[in-house]
Amino acid sequence: MPTKFREGANPMNIKWSRWKTILTCAFLVLAIVLCDARAASALPAGKVIALPMFARKYGLPCSACHTAWPELNNFGQVFRDNGYQLMNDRDSPIWQNPSYFPISFRITPSWHRETTTNQQVDSVPGNGLGDGIGTLTQAGFDLSGMDLWSGGTLYKNISFILLPSSDPTAVWHFESAFIRFDNLWHSPWLNVKFGRFELDNLISEKRFLFLSANGGLYQIYHFDNPGSSNNFGYGDNQIGVELAGHSANSYTRYSVSVLSSNEGGVNFTTDVVPGGTPSNRSYDVNLAFSQAFNAPGTPGESGFGLERVGAFAYIGQRPTNYETELGAQLVGINNKPFFRIGFAGDLSYKNLELMPLFIYGHDNPYLGAGVPSTAPLPPGAQAPTFYGGFLEAHYYFNPQNVALARFEQINVGQQAFTNTSFGGSNGNITAVSFGYRWYPIMFSRAGVALDGEFSRVRTIGQEPESGNGTGVVGNPTGAVWSNSIYFGIDFDF
Amino acid sequence: MTLKKFAVTFALGSMALLTAGATVSTAQSHVNSPDPLLGTPSVATETSNIDGITGHAESGKHLYRRFCIGCHGPDGNGQGMNAQWIDPKPRDFTEATFKCRSTPTGTLPTDEDLYNAITRGFVTTNMPSWRPLNPQQRADLVAFIKTWSPRWAKEKPGASLNIPPETAITIESILHGRELFQKLECWKCHGPEGHADGPSAATLTDSKGNPILPFNFSTGERFMCGDSNRDLYRIFMTGLDGSPMPSFADVIQPNDAWDLVHFLRTLQVALPNQELTLWQTYKAAHGKDLKPIGPDSAGGAQ
Repeated sequence: MPTKFREGANPMNIKWSRWKTILTCAFLVLAIVLCDARAASALPAGKVIALPMFARKYGLPCSACHTAWPELNNFGQVFRDNGYQLMNDRDSPIWQNPSYFPISFRITPSWHRETTTNQQVDSVPGNGLGDGIGTLTQAGFDLSGMDLWSGGTLYKNISFILLPSSDPTAVWHFESAFIRFDNLWHSPWLNVKFGRFELDNLISEKRFLFLSANGGLYQIYHFDNPGSSNNFGYGDNQIGVELAGHSANSYTRYSVSVLSSNEGGVNFTTDVVPGGTPSNRSYDVNLAFSQAFNAPGTPGESGFGLERVGAFAYIGQRPTNYETELGAQLVGINNKPFFRIGFAGDLSYKNLELMPLFIYGHDNPYLGAGVPSTAPLPPGAQAPTFYGGFLEAHYYFNPQNVALARFEQINVGQQAFTNTSFGGSNGNITAVSFGYRWYPIMFSRAGVALDGEFSRVRTIGQEPESGNGTGVVGNPTGAVWSNSIYFGIDFDF
Repeated sequence: MTLKKFAVTFALGSMALLTAGATVSTAQSHVNSPDPLLGTPSVATETSNIDGITGHAESGKHLYRRFCIGCHGPDGNGQGMNAQWIDPKPRDFTEATFKCRSTPTGTLPTDEDLYNAITRGFVTTNMPSWRPLNPQQRADLVAFIKTWSPRWAKEKPGASLNIPPETAITIESILHGRELFQKLECWKCHGPEGHADGPSAATLTDSKGNPILPFNFSTGERFMCGDSNRDLYRIFMTGLDGSPMPSFADVIQPNDAWDLVHFLRTLQVALPNQELTLWQTYKAAHGKDLKPIGPDSAGGAQ
């Protein structure tokens, strides 16, 4: 067996992995120390001032709208809810110098190391048998995908976002593209968005602070029960129309979305790049509501900050069969339902921010079994369910330095089959992530953040949602451990 | 991966980090202050009191760094990095001169005045409404803003203007206000029709010497210091300190001031209002009898 793959490796249980853990921690500590050393010696903290296209338009620093970009604070949330308007005379494009063009880009060169255990490999390189089990480790310099943002107002109270986005190999798609009619009948409670957009998530995965392969997503936003034909991910952008509203300070917010049941796909497929399977003709609904309030804190002292809690529900359908021509799929049919419900919070205590989230998911048995609803259910088939969530913590030393941590747990409540041989925990996920972001440059025209992360995900018997594995689990009753060590320079202009 | 390989990887990563840090450091070496608010005076004891809320400067300092420093600057003097692109220029807190006050001209504003300004924003400038910040945060910012000038330690804010109840909106009130508009030479800056095109308009500068335009009533945009009739009353009775707009408190009686308010509303032709409706009806019948406002109308505009 080549040294690249070590059979049965479990980084948590052997002496060697202790060294790796120690060195990993040392690397992150070094990164933090270096960052702070630089901050104390030479960097432009004195002139610090996220999408720079908005910052340029209004002359505000990134930190006005972001706790740490790209995550929004309440001022940024109000700005977004108002249709990317501050509701003053600077909103309309007519105010802008003709040389201003509302465009920003973002990309992250990085170095990272990915390790995934319990992977099916060839025991002898090149034998093509997939007869071995090993740990796949990759490391090196890399690039993230690239976002090419454009957004703003077309007219007072008509706003837009256009976001062509590429993966690291420059395969492009439209991540977001919508027009929004704001403050209809002069009411902040009536805004209509039309196009492809992120669901109105209280905790956004599109504007969060982790970047690594394992830490750079909320597992539960993409989780479906093992074996299910459901492709829904709560964190994926969807396509449709959204009615949303908010109070003047956005303390109270609601949204109702009607969406194509195709996971945000375009061209009547379920994907945004060529090759997706055909979509069906049905619609899904997403509901979201949140309420914020001020926690007053100790008498005589300033308050704790803004606390927000909310609930959401997604009711959808997915096809279990397809109309075909010569066997080729044409249109999804025989839809069966599923739903996701949950609640979330964004709580603060001075410089500490805590974000808990819980989701319960339920699929129709036909989706869980992955069989056409026109046929009888296989023996033992039942409605698969799952539940879980995460707790994420941010500590803001100041607007330029933030420490991050997250713990996430997902349990399969009910497997798709009663007679599964993999056990009730098959598919369960446990994930932890730690990170630190330092923003040496937060001007109104550009931003740079140094990002260091360590993330670790354990998935029982299934290929993990994240990481860089081979795509096939070696031992389907064992755990897959997927680790990321990441350092990136995140910049936008 | 062997321990040796991992150590090499670790070393490479560290070097990359060092290189990146050094590069950024070199690029920004002209800045030598690690604390953006290093020049801030002692702030620990400064407070503000707004409607039962006590603001604390120490808390406001962190908020200032997050939200305000880009325009108002690390020294509070309105020289933030964005100031060069902003017109009108950001307020210089070290002068403790504020446009929107309830207090007499030349005096310090009340805490509530500053709180209202932060809450409302200035609609014709880059200063947004900071209503999304909670009341405690806004009160903290008020307390911190007061640390920038020694005036706050030496002087007390002036007494708030007592605004009497508004008089009835009548055509007589509007006509009298029109006379005052002529007599007090408001037209010299704001123009005979309130278009900001009076003969002095092009020559106006603020206390920093920056060119400044008078308010253009005809656009219907909101006033900088509030949009109610009481706000309008307050604006010309207290003046906008730091701008050429003086206080008329010494030359206008309270009831006369309400007449002027009523006439000024008729200049807001793009903003439907009761005064404008009354005035347009009157003008349709008696317009030819009205003397035009301006230099040739000495002795009364009617």
